[in-house]
Amino acid sequence: MMITFLLNDRLIQTALSPSTTVLDFVRYEADLRGTKIGCREGDCGACTVLVGTLKDDNMEYMSVTSCLTPIANVYGKHVVTVEGLNLDHLNKVQQAIVNHSGTQCGFCTPGFVVSLCGYAITSGKNPTYSEAISSIDGNICRCTGYKSIERAALEITSELCQKDPAHPMEWLVSKGFLPEYFLTVRERLSSIPKIADISGKIPVGGGTDLYVQKFDDVQNIDLKYLFDRSGLRSVHVENDLCTISSSSTVTDMMTSESLQRAIPNWLDSMKLVSSTPIRNIATVAGNLANASPIGDLTIILLAMNAQITLANENGMIRKVFLKDFYKGYKKMDMQDDEIIIEITFDLPEKNTWFNFEKVCKRQYLDIATVNTAIGMTMNHDIIISAHCSAGGVSPVPLYLRKTSSVLSGQKLSVELIRRAAEILATEIAPISDVRGSSEYKRLLLRQLFYSHFINMFPFMFELKELI
Amino acid sequence: MINIDAKNHVTGRSVYVDDMPEIKGTLYALPFDLPAAHARIKKINIDKAISSPGIIKILTCTDIPGENQIGGVIPDEPLFAEDEVHYCGQPAGIIIGESESECRQARRKITYEFDELPVITCPREAHGKGLLIIPPRTFRLGNSAEAWKDCEHVIEGTADINGQEHIYLETQGAYAWLKEDGSIYLASSTQAPTAVQFAVSRVLNVPMHKIEVDTVRLGGGFGGKEDQATPWAVMAALAAQHTQKPVKLILHRMDDVRMTGKRHPYSSDFKIGLSKDLKILAYEVTHYQNAGASADLSPAILERTLFHSTNAYFIPNVIATAYSCRTNLPPNTAFRGFGGPQGKCVIEAAIVKAAETIGVCPDEIQKANLVNDGDEFPYGQIMQDTEAVNSWNEAERNFALEEVKHRTDSFNMNNNRFKKGYAVQPICFGISFTNTMMNHARALVHIYKDGSVVVSTGAVEMGQGVNTKLLQVAANEFGISPSKVRIESANTLRIANTSPTAASSGADLNGKALKIACTNLKERLANVAVNSLGFTDVKFENDRVIDPASNKEILWEDLVIKTFQQRISLSEHAHYATPLINFDRTKEKGHPFAYHVYGTAIIEVTVDCLKGIYHFDSVKIVHDFGKSMNRDVDLGQVEGGLVQGIGWMTMEEVIYDEKGKLLTNALSTYKIPDIYSVPDEIVIEHLDSTGSDFAIYKSKAVGEPPFMYALGAYFAIRKAVKAFNPDAELSFNAPYTPEKVLMDLYRNHSQ
Repeated sequence: MMITFLLNDRLIQTALSPSTTVLDFVRYEADLRGTKIGCREGDCGACTVLVGTLKDDNMEYMSVTSCLTPIANVYGKHVVTVEGLNLDHLNKVQQAIVNHSGTQCGFCTPGFVVSLCGYAITSGKNPTYSEAISSIDGNICRCTGYKSIERAALEITSELCQKDPAHPMEWLVSKGFLPEYFLTVRERLSSIPKIADISGKIPVGGGTDLYVQKFDDVQNIDLKYLFDRSGLRSVHVENDLCTISSSSTVTDMMTSESLQRAIPNWLDSMKLVSSTPIRNIATVAGNLANASPIGDLTIILLAMNAQITLANENGMIRKVFLKDFYKGYKKMDMQDDEIIIEITFDLPEKNTWFNFEKVCKRQYLDIATVNTAIGMTMNHDIIISAHCSAGGVSPVPLYLRKTSSVLSGQKLSVELIRRAAEILATEIAPISDVRGSSEYKRLLLRQLFYSHFINMFPFMFELKELI
Repeated sequence: MINIDAKNHVTGRSVYVDDMPEIKGTLYALPFDLPAAHARIKKINIDKAISSPGIIKILTCTDIPGENQIGGVIPDEPLFAEDEVHYCGQPAGIIIGESESECRQARRKITYEFDELPVITCPREAHGKGLLIIPPRTFRLGNSAEAWKDCEHVIEGTADINGQEHIYLETQGAYAWLKEDGSIYLASSTQAPTAVQFAVSRVLNVPMHKIEVDTVRLGGGFGGKEDQATPWAVMAALAAQHTQKPVKLILHRMDDVRMTGKRHPYSSDFKIGLSKDLKILAYEVTHYQNAGASADLSPAILERTLFHSTNAYFIPNVIATAYSCRTNLPPNTAFRGFGGPQGKCVIEAAIVKAAETIGVCPDEIQKANLVNDGDEFPYGQIMQDTEAVNSWNEAERNFALEEVKHRTDSFNMNNNRFKKGYAVQPICFGISFTNTMMNHARALVHIYKDGSVVVSTGAVEMGQGVNTKLLQVAANEFGISPSKVRIESANTLRIANTSPTAASSGADLNGKALKIACTNLKERLANVAVNSLGFTDVKFENDRVIDPASNKEILWEDLVIKTFQQRISLSEHAHYATPLINFDRTKEKGHPFAYHVYGTAIIEVTVDCLKGIYHFDSVKIVHDFGKSMNRDVDLGQVEGGLVQGIGWMTMEEVIYDEKGKLLTNALSTYKIPDIYSVPDEIVIEHLDSTGSDFAIYKSKAVGEPPFMYALGAYFAIRKAVKAFNPDAELSFNAPYTPEKVLMDLYRNHSQ
């Protein structure tokens, strides 16, 4: 089967395996060597490309790590490498990086250029410096210490404040951010015919775990590509019930206005999950079905007391509470022919408090040492119900049953929190590994549990009362 | 002047080894290794791998035509393991195939039979068993044994400092092919083209003149490609020799991190004695360096640890001893600072412990002992043109140290959850290869008859901007616009017998050689102007050659062609060797450094005592650039070095298990600073200093010294931790990861 997409301003039709990574394709098939290989696991951003999707007659661009993206996932889309951003002179992003000496050895630089051009495209009415920095939160530089790149990002942001909201793409082209062919992309993509789903045996979403864990095997696996399967990507709220389709990405969840409205720290919490280009492709079902004991979304959804809906090949559908889904290390209540189709939970209401905590060696773009979430419904100072979860302290993403039940029905107080923390300590069995010793994880979870309450009720609790 | 590579970098046009167009028929090589850190090899079963699709050949130690030896300093390192392996990741051979992915598939089919031998990962344990790379070395000054009795305070302790993985963004790699007469072209991502050439010659049994090593640029080096780019280049060349085909070898990140050495971990014991007025009277230190399984550059790194064991302080009585301990880890290697950071870290730990014991601020001790002109360091060099006091005083004044102290104290008084800490970090770093014979360089300059100029040196561009500085030298000497000058790759055919681009010396050594070449060429051009044009005085400026006395002038291009027509050479190959420096290892005394670089940083941090995480509020530095010839490039070196150092002191944790297996074997488990983990504010001021005549244009070397400002990051965090948990007994154990911070915050916590 042929995979068709636009690579910069060139139409590609390739018979290569759909599992081929976009990175290998652009470097070794299309011979575009500006996209670099730094780690092949989505942790450095040297291979960042933009992917533009035609949605409701508009182009939507996002940055992705090309090392984890199969070409099947860019069918009918626009893939942009650094070469596809070049003009006769330097584009505005490139010029800003040069102006501020934001490049030294240069190996990470194309990734930064691509990410910042992505920011230029996606930036809205009032672009902020912090959005510019967010756009490069998945790009690692070992030479500059980032300060020069920050200065470049500041310059780019101030330029983008002038952007014409009515004709953003035209403005970007006329101001030398993007080459002119960008204006024709929408039309060219619309002429690429839709294809049937590429169906195989093993489901893959964004590829952010499979391509890390099974790098050498991917070419031999018969993959079922779910990323763009129709109907599997939406975050939908009706009657306070939130339904997230399985291939919704972390970014889809993060940017959901309903979730942002319902959960005060939502953006800050979600920013702790991986990096922008990974969030753009990592799917919620992938995070759940991976069964990682430290999956951030899993921990968040456990505290939402979410339910997941599974469907098998015969269309049999069943629901299971996420807290009952995990049976042991990487073991789930899920048959081989089942896939997760959606996740549902009650949107936190006015009297519901939610908090997510995560600590790692590096606070962003890292895997949690310990993460934890809590959802509590309150009636004044009485906890009506509580759902608390923790990752990194057990073979499965843990729903803290006893802790949750100790809290429920009680009056919120220092004594209660302390007692709950003692119960919590009996529910966990952390092991020592590369992310930390068991003693550390134990202490850390206690601290993060306290942090929930300090964060949610800053005027009620202080650190020194709790420890 | 902005880095001359910048435009190609931002457009993705810069070419690294893996970006070179492949010659048709190119094969790929992939190293394989045993899953054991110390074992006697019984059998390596390669049959299934060799019959795997796309596989051409598998080479092991028996396929080496020359010596199976790549040890640069000491011949103790085979290219491929023979009877034993001594660390996890030691290559046992290579698979050569039609594609990288087929090689990887084949590698999984190799099985190994071996008997495991005891694994040692701890340098003190190795020392206890007498496993040393070289005999111990000791630097002495005065008589510390006598001095202790004069000390009011004597404090002892231990400091442990972990290693650091380089994470150059471009992994190790090389691309080799044969030329018509069997000579070899080798593109290598190396800081040391000559070292590669020499090792290929030795292993392949081919004379050096048949090996052309070419290095355009590196995607980061940091020392990791000084000695350890060599094996991969040799393997590519060996594979090309065996198959008579072009062969490329680019390491996958996980292979690179597993198979290559890192910054040396150290474990050190110290004893420090102070007078009543906080003068350090005596200091004794013993360093146990974790060298890994073979020497690599460890002896030279050990030496620099000793050179810098007293950092920027004058201490009259010193004994500094260092053991290079052989363990079952990958051979540890050069990394920005080259043993200096570890040596400095221990004296700083000693000062902090002394300050905590006496009940003063560490900076009071630091300031009271800064080195001055005329002071002698333990290695015998009498200090001149010191800037330690100047940079300290500037930093203290410009960055209002007293205010920082008050602010910190009052913040800590009023906050329970968050605590602030600060540290002052002076540095003094010696410039020159400590191995005196390596301090030389050559430059080849051609002026073409159209007036354009091309320069070759042995300097390798790896982002540090050396090519930009070299271009400035040539353009400046000739008085022509930079666009008329091109800097060529480092190539062993054009420049022979080079020292690696290392020790912060690239711009100095190569720049000085280039300046000599330009001067000689100018002399010939000037002669033509005098003899043929009647100039009485000759100046090269603004693309012209002028006689200020008579107002005569001629375009650069016109004088060049005139010189050419007179059959005078427009090419020059010049040599430079740093004068004056010397070091006598039998006495451990001498004058090893051309000059020193100084500076002082003030670092402020905020620790979240609930979660054990921290953030740096600011780092403010007064740095001794001398007369910086390129402020853009030099600023980038200070910022980049600082942040890399902060990584080493905070989040970068190299973890091996007790079997010698690396657990932090990928970027998912080994974390280097991202954009959110850098200090909110970095301020860098230029110290008004004279520079040094041994520095090119008095612009001091800048690659390594700023790295060491980051030592203060550790001590700033420690100060904040102490503010929360004043009574806890804290050890010195870098890096200060969030784990160690949280454990320390709640260690014997009484609240």
